[in-house]
Amino acid sequence: MISRILGFDNGKSATLHWLMQRISAIILIPLSFRFMVFLNLSMNAPYQETLDWLKLPVNMLTMIAWLLAVFYHAAIGLQVVVEDYVANQQLQAKLVKGINLGFIALTIIGLAFLIRIL
Amino acid sequence: MAEFTLPKNSVLTKGKTFKAPEGTVNIRRVEVYRWDPDTGENPRIDIYELDADLCGTKVLDAIIYIKSEIDSSLTFRRSCREGVCGSCAMNVNGKNSLACTKAISDYPDTIKIYPLPHLDVVKDLVPDMSHFYAQYAEIKPWLTTKTAPPATERLQKKEDRDKLDGLYDCVLCACCSTSCPSYWWNSDKYLGPAVLLQAYRWLADSRDEATDERLNQLDDAFKLYRCHTIMNCTDTCPKGLNPAKAIAETKKLLVKRKA
Repeated sequence: MISRILGFDNGKSATLHWLMQRISAIILIPLSFRFMVFLNLSMNAPYQETLDWLKLPVNMLTMIAWLLAVFYHAAIGLQVVVEDYVANQQLQAKLVKGINLGFIALTIIGLAFLIRIL
Repeated sequence: MAEFTLPKNSVLTKGKTFKAPEGTVNIRRVEVYRWDPDTGENPRIDIYELDADLCGTKVLDAIIYIKSEIDSSLTFRRSCREGVCGSCAMNVNGKNSLACTKAISDYPDTIKIYPLPHLDVVKDLVPDMSHFYAQYAEIKPWLTTKTAPPATERLQKKEDRDKLDGLYDCVLCACCSTSCPSYWWNSDKYLGPAVLLQAYRWLADSRDEATDERLNQLDDAFKLYRCHTIMNCTDTCPKGLNPAKAIAETKKLLVKRKA
């Protein structure tokens, strides 16, 4: 599992990779509408009101789900872009690992900030 | 890394201009890509002015007229003259097509003719198709069976035969594959729309018994999944086929098998 996330067996489950891109994209449609509500509150509502909104379990779970889905979707999507345009196999593997590690780090940081609010 | 500029020895230069004889009324201007590997020179664009009243109606007729009447050194492939063999595939005014099926009158101004893009050029309008044919051979484009052969031929229901319409008609001209950006960047690994259309032609054949093996071969990040549904293949196919749909159907078969 870890090796798959880091891109070590890149290409062995091509159909699963393609399918997960579509599934995560579909999941992101409703979640992103909810995220826009959060963005709107962040920019226009008082700080305490935004915090209260975020502390509601349904909103917190939705934001966690959005965070996981958006970084997962971005990571597997960027992997395809790198595979398309970087022909050097070694550089390609390093970039894919870098992208995956970067998005794992971003997910952990995002989750940490969300949990801190609770 | 993907290349975004031409290498120095591929940069186009200005070539010769062959003026129409004086008194020509119906002049058509045709620009043609020329490259001769024996001279060591860069490719050039030669300009030919034709008497449209003296040549036939198709772009291929114009090219044949140039070779017969103006410049016999022009090199190109052609055979059937009626869109069946796929030999005269070339890029006409920015779109890959069969020169024999495109009417000169479809192009209001100058006709610009280049070889199929992103294939090595052998000479002038002749591209090197070796890799394309090797990829075609890779998908084993023949009926594969495991059961014992029946006493007569392997029969097919009419409905099953109908499923092959729009697939078997491909003439392997490579117009679609060479119009696909994914094929430009990764043609060493990506099979391209023409070959994938043919791969699906055998997947869709009710008589073929190697579906699993064929799908195993295609379940690869590069062979199949470099297709990003750009649709240039379907847009350019001179036979009006839909390789993008065939690729989508193949992906559906793979997902169904996974489920």
